[in-house]
Amino acid sequence: MSFLKIDNVTKSYGAVEVLHRVDIDVQQGEFLVLVGPSGCGKSTLLNMIAGLEEISSGTISIKDKAMNGVHPSKRNIAMVFQSYALYPNMTVGKNITFGLEMHGVPKEERDRAMDKVANMLQIKPLLDRKPGQLSGGQRQRVAMGRALVRDPDVFLFDEPLSNLDAKLRVDMRTEIKKLHQRLGTTIVYVTHDQIEAMTLSTRIAVMNGGYIQQLGTPKEIYDTPNNIFVAAFMGSPSMNLLDAVIRIKGADAAAEITDHNGHPLTLPLPLPASSLSGRDGTKVVLGIRPEAITDPDGADKSANTVVPVQNKVDVTEPAGSDTFITTTMAGKDVIGRMRADAHVNAGDIADLAINMDKSVVFDPKTENRIA
Amino acid sequence: MSVATQDTALRTGRISRAFIYLFLLLMALFYLLPFAIMVINSLKPLSEITGGNMMSLPREWTLDAWRAAWSTAQIGVEPTGLKPYFWNSIKMVVPAVAISTVLGALNGYVLTKWRFRGDTILFGLMLFSCFIPFQIVLIPMARVLGLTGLAGTTTGLILVHVVYGIGFSTLYFRNYYAVFPTELVRAAMMDGAGFFGIFWRILMPSSGPITVVCIIWQFTNIWNDFLFGASFADFDSQPITVALNNLVNSSTGVKEYNVHFAGAIYAALPTLLVYIVAGRYFVRGLMSGSVKG
Repeated sequence: MSFLKIDNVTKSYGAVEVLHRVDIDVQQGEFLVLVGPSGCGKSTLLNMIAGLEEISSGTISIKDKAMNGVHPSKRNIAMVFQSYALYPNMTVGKNITFGLEMHGVPKEERDRAMDKVANMLQIKPLLDRKPGQLSGGQRQRVAMGRALVRDPDVFLFDEPLSNLDAKLRVDMRTEIKKLHQRLGTTIVYVTHDQIEAMTLSTRIAVMNGGYIQQLGTPKEIYDTPNNIFVAAFMGSPSMNLLDAVIRIKGADAAAEITDHNGHPLTLPLPLPASSLSGRDGTKVVLGIRPEAITDPDGADKSANTVVPVQNKVDVTEPAGSDTFITTTMAGKDVIGRMRADAHVNAGDIADLAINMDKSVVFDPKTENRIA
Repeated sequence: MSVATQDTALRTGRISRAFIYLFLLLMALFYLLPFAIMVINSLKPLSEITGGNMMSLPREWTLDAWRAAWSTAQIGVEPTGLKPYFWNSIKMVVPAVAISTVLGALNGYVLTKWRFRGDTILFGLMLFSCFIPFQIVLIPMARVLGLTGLAGTTTGLILVHVVYGIGFSTLYFRNYYAVFPTELVRAAMMDGAGFFGIFWRILMPSSGPITVVCIIWQFTNIWNDFLFGASFADFDSQPITVALNNLVNSSTGVKEYNVHFAGAIYAALPTLLVYIVAGRYFVRGLMSGSVKG
């Protein structure tokens, strides 16, 4: 039995369908992240769960009760908005208890609930202040307090960290994760930041153009992306996508690309030849993550297939923890990730190691992953 | 001029600054002159006005004209002074301003936060009432008042002014609420606040400046209205503007200019008071509406 069920849901504005037949089952205690570029329909879907936008067709149910047409306040959900949406005319304490007051909870009970939440989020000293007197991080906490105090079935977060500066964003990310682990609540979280999606979620739904491109655990999404969109969207720097030709010899399959001189370079694939039958000699798109292209000493010792390659390094970008390099393969810029103290200089022919274990192959026409 | 001064828009030289102040002062005096004449002459006995210079200060200071204008002057056929009509105006203005302001706020709230198909067209139509001249609605309004049995009553006048005022008050509040964050309304909705709960608890407490603008605007217009008062009111519901006209235009007896001046000041006093009390919010509210909206 799923806790929050999104069943065949679509959303149209007039004749334009912006969300196409979405199916997601969320289990109790799950942290589902909806991620995608702007305009992909993720916020629309969240607003439909919240009851702020009507459902054009299909059903959204919480705890097996259909929520179509049910008023937002009667769904037992709470939402944290991107702008926090704190009531400017009320104190922090009032902000937190307003929902309880509207639901007719008696004063003593409200105060007790507020106390508990204020202690949990360490906002006790702020209770008598107005939102205008708070910093961004404090407002964020108050907004979460307002959601927590209601003890809802489902929490909805609409890009809650996008208004914070980079450092605070990382801190609050950890804070939200801690909160989820401690309380075991069910959360649906919308973001356009793929790192937030990877770090916070138990499952991710990658969306684009009103379709769910892939729904899976962060590891599934990262290691076996369904298609080129998911592969390119998730991960930073993003996956290298190279034009390659399939070569099959007996039971072994390989992808042939070119090195910086345009000479052929054969990379054995982790797939069995049977899954590529009929594709011998055809063009594919080969996907290799930057962290799979390393200096030889930095290569994963437990990897099955590591291919040593010599290729010219065009640019080096030391990032402190790692050094990113740009090299040319298959006529394109390819990003690799060296250890921070690997000796590579721009212009050198460097020894590289390509770990093929997690490489993926896409059909260039359908853009879907092959096998 | 000292060597170090620099002529910029903010820091002008001392001479040009003195010139600016002098000019402003002259303009202020020029603007205040009619009012000063009114005050001066209302404090003279009539003989000093008819027999002498209007511009000179009273030789004999007296409040007789003020007393007469308030309670004994002949208005129409009754020697009641302006007092009952002043209260008529108050009884008309306070409810009319309150109702049109609240309705305007509600309209603005619905037009921006509860959008529906055709709402911009509806708003456009409502704006027409800001531009329709008073005279055009006289006959239809007389018919409506006749049919509802409100002709000649204060309630009838309140209705007329509310109907006429809604256009402006809706315009003010719609533009103000257009920039009010919709996420706040959504948050309140999820918190369980209903249509009026959101209005009274979330929107109204943040609507101070625009409410003041609306009140000043409506108060001034309704208090100063003559046409509707003259057309639709009976003797016992006439507003002070109509009474003042009757006082000044009485065709019998001596023209008591000092009483007329005092009466005119009585009639202008409430709007003056509203501006003095709330004037600074007026400019602030107008700016916030026009710049952001």
